[in-house]
Amino acid sequence: MLEDLLGSQNLEAVFGPHAVEGVWPLPQAFTSSPERYPVNSQDFYFVYGRQSAAQQGCSVLDTAFKRYFSLIFPDHNSGSPADRLSWTIYLVPFCVPDNLSISAGKASLNAETVWGAVRGLETFSQLVYQDDFGSYFVNKTEIDDFPRFQFRGILLDTSRHFLPVQAILKTLDAMAYSKFNVFHWHIVDDPSFPYQSSTFPDLSSKGAFHPMTHIYTQSDVRRVISYARLWGIRVLPEFDSPGHTTSWGKGQPGLLTPCYKGGTPSGTFGPVNPALPSTYRFMARLFKEVSSVFPDSYVHLGGDEVDFHCWRSNPDVRVFMQKMGFGGDFTKLEAFYIENIVNITSALNKTSIVWQDVFDYHERVSTPQQIWDLQVVKAGLRVILASPWYLDQPGPTHNWARYYTVWPLAFKGSEEQKKLVIGGEVCMWGEYVDATNLTPRLWPRASAVAERLWSDEKQTSSVDKAFPRLQDFRCKLLRRGIQAEPLYVGHCKHEYQGI
Amino acid sequence: MPLWTVLLLALGFCRGLKHNYIDDYEVVEVEEDWDLVFQPSEHGSLWPLPQKVQISDVSFKLMSSSFRIVDAKQSSAGPSCSLLQDAYRRYYEYMFGSAKRQQLYKSRRTGPTELTELQVWITSPDSECDGYPSVTSVESYELSVDQPFAVLKAPTVWGALHGLETFSQLVYEDEYGTKSINSTQINDFPRFAHRGILLDTSRHFLPVKVILANLETMAMNKINVFHWHIVDDPSFPYLSRTFPQLSRQGAYHPYTHVYTPADVKMVIEWARLRGIRVIPEFDTPGHTQSWGKGQADLLTPCYSGAKPSGTFGPVNPILNTTYDFMKLFFGEISTVFPDAYVHLGGDEVDFTCWKSNPDIQKFMEQQGFGDDYSKLESFYIQKLLEIVTATKKGYMIWQEVFDNGVKLKSDTVVHVWIGGGSNDEMSRVTAAGYTTILSAPWYLDYISYAQDWQKYYKVEPLNFNGTEAQKKLVIGGEACLWGEYVDATNLTPRLWPRASAVAERLWSAKDVTDINDAFNRLSMHRCRMGTYEDYPAKLFFPNRFSIHNHR
Repeated sequence: MLEDLLGSQNLEAVFGPHAVEGVWPLPQAFTSSPERYPVNSQDFYFVYGRQSAAQQGCSVLDTAFKRYFSLIFPDHNSGSPADRLSWTIYLVPFCVPDNLSISAGKASLNAETVWGAVRGLETFSQLVYQDDFGSYFVNKTEIDDFPRFQFRGILLDTSRHFLPVQAILKTLDAMAYSKFNVFHWHIVDDPSFPYQSSTFPDLSSKGAFHPMTHIYTQSDVRRVISYARLWGIRVLPEFDSPGHTTSWGKGQPGLLTPCYKGGTPSGTFGPVNPALPSTYRFMARLFKEVSSVFPDSYVHLGGDEVDFHCWRSNPDVRVFMQKMGFGGDFTKLEAFYIENIVNITSALNKTSIVWQDVFDYHERVSTPQQIWDLQVVKAGLRVILASPWYLDQPGPTHNWARYYTVWPLAFKGSEEQKKLVIGGEVCMWGEYVDATNLTPRLWPRASAVAERLWSDEKQTSSVDKAFPRLQDFRCKLLRRGIQAEPLYVGHCKHEYQGI
Repeated sequence: MPLWTVLLLALGFCRGLKHNYIDDYEVVEVEEDWDLVFQPSEHGSLWPLPQKVQISDVSFKLMSSSFRIVDAKQSSAGPSCSLLQDAYRRYYEYMFGSAKRQQLYKSRRTGPTELTELQVWITSPDSECDGYPSVTSVESYELSVDQPFAVLKAPTVWGALHGLETFSQLVYEDEYGTKSINSTQINDFPRFAHRGILLDTSRHFLPVKVILANLETMAMNKINVFHWHIVDDPSFPYLSRTFPQLSRQGAYHPYTHVYTPADVKMVIEWARLRGIRVIPEFDTPGHTQSWGKGQADLLTPCYSGAKPSGTFGPVNPILNTTYDFMKLFFGEISTVFPDAYVHLGGDEVDFTCWKSNPDIQKFMEQQGFGDDYSKLESFYIQKLLEIVTATKKGYMIWQEVFDNGVKLKSDTVVHVWIGGGSNDEMSRVTAAGYTTILSAPWYLDYISYAQDWQKYYKVEPLNFNGTEAQKKLVIGGEACLWGEYVDATNLTPRLWPRASAVAERLWSAKDVTDINDAFNRLSMHRCRMGTYEDYPAKLFFPNRFSIHNHR
């Protein structure tokens, strides 16, 4: 039956525009019918199922109910008297696929965890629609859904431009609407160090663009993390070293390598100085703080684009190289540094993620060591794919299709190897992006990636089929106040009103 | 191992787009312009750069409690000139924030280094206060910031508005938050009279408040023409009093996606108060699909073989009813829009449909046009121009109309949009004696990575082969933001500050080409565009996002 439905060219004609195909990203398995039920905001409740392991007092779901109620009914008072549709959440452990079923008078959602329930609520909210008279309806629907990849992330860069906390929270909202579940926070980099460390307050007081207005305080960070949690989103912090650390040096003298010109220091600094024990003592204390502030069990250590010129120019570094027997191979020095950092974070019970550069160097020095969670599939390393999804590159929005038609597993490899690809990530680097243009540059193009990472590839391989659905989804985003840019000529019933 | 190379290469390439960085050990020459480093400019944050500026080191303080902008005694515009009174308040609020949030220090005495007054002196007997700006308006002004008060002299209110903008750009905040201004002499006037921005409200509807916000930003850049490409194929949002069915049938939605007469009036007045002309474009005979929905028989029925195919092409040029309609329609337009010019479009006419229609074929034969459908187009345009001339309006047209040899009035403005920065079309149009404006290098809806503002900035509009007399015919240019991929969600960041680059090119002297100095001023100008507390500008560049606030 399902196969038949999917094969049908005219789903819209059969079910009208409000069938389950309107849900973005597309659920894994579903049946829907043209039979529709009115939904009345005056008489609509979310109820915990009697057998549910979660009950009133579960903060994630209590909050989600409240949020989704106003997302489903953007204007409360409309809607005609209607049959009661009560809403029951069953949280039954070991019921693997999240399952949503809507029939007359009652809809039920079964999920193994609250995180699945939040995704199911999102799906339900997308199924409810308004007719021309403003009445709300939902069609009879059965859905079994689960993500194709477990890691579906968005990287924001808060170093090249500072992003106010509000802009981050708004992005988290939009991420939840597309079922993203990882916020990769590239929080510091060369240009600025906005993270206010309680152990090393000088890092931000000297390294931020402004020590008061352009920083994330501890409570800002906590706010982001707890807000993200309520949407079922992990916060993965990245403290990139040894390169990309110019801003660190301002508040931490002695951390960066002094570059030399001829026989004397030139006054400029390079990457973190890997030859000094004090470097590792500093890193141990910093990552100790980071690992207690950020609850996620992963931490991103960066490790990309390390430039060796400065190390090479420094006589102390060269002496150290000799002592360690690295010869002239600075990739060995970098590997040495990274291993030490990984050891530090492992001791803190954190799993490390690094950019692929690290893997490349290790490959060359053939010491594929303790780093067991690299971004490249190799010898059992798990991988996150980001390369096709650098959305800070602008370009007409119609190139959303370029992001949509990426096939993450289309490489030659065994099933085992393919299982090592745990997901993908949209990267929004900050050279030309700040709060003025972040949202339209990110949405709805990131949504295209979201479907690739969540949905079944066979059902979502056609750009032509996706186009009207994504257009419709963009209008939903606008209705929810997300400044998502247009895909092409046209209009939404409710245009963006945020200006 | 080869299995993984593809993936690796892909990863490496993209990551490589992240910042280049330089260290001193081996100096890497970075040639990309986009590695400009911010340093304060000797011209502060002035944008566009005035023709003559002298800024001294002597600075004065400005106190929100005592500072006033007033009419000079000799001024021909008095308190009854609401345009100026409105502007005084607006610029006061730009400089000090809205009155509500100020702390007033009433009893403070005026110190010797304080500037308490800006006197605005309109020197012509006719200040033009109640008029509309036009292509011949005098926009020059002289600004003298000195003790005991600053004086802004301008022949008309239009110059005064620009002078107020410049004055507000001279005000800066020191580390203690005190507003200061340096002693300054400025003598300023625009290089080109027509400095425009085109917005397209047909491909996507733009809410009125978005248009108003944009006019506000245009004024900050001394742009003085809003070219309103109001209707096109996809939708007809202009609510016509004479033909209300045009928008009732042709708009995306007959109530939520239309511009009512009151909306249009508001846009025109809001623009006037900022010295901005509103030139509407009603593009025909092509680009008119949406017109056909509310006006039966206006468009040409296309044929498939011997039968009408059910689709429609450009305006039908062979029916008298077409011209009756146009007469009434443009009669209305000429009263609704006060500007002396209306843009008639005339671009990209597709002949396929005309060719398919037997009635048109017959007409072609009767007229002796042979197979040359551009003659038919000329026939249509010719009649349209007569109609518009009768409404006492001048007209602007896209370059194709000129290319096709249509007879034009001598004061027609030809709008060049094909080609690059220096193109032969400019030579041809001006050689034929027509006034022209340039848009070809300034299609801002095209985007690329990095600092593409530099590309727009480096254009020299008079860089074509021609005599001095020909070059005088170039009255300016327009940045075009077509709407295929643009609506209220992304209009502002796509337009600004990129259009600012065009604004300086059209206002400042020809030799203002120092890209480093421009970067430094533009960086600060961008931050300023975001910091006005006032409706509506604050909404798109929220405060303090620019990294360049803090040196």
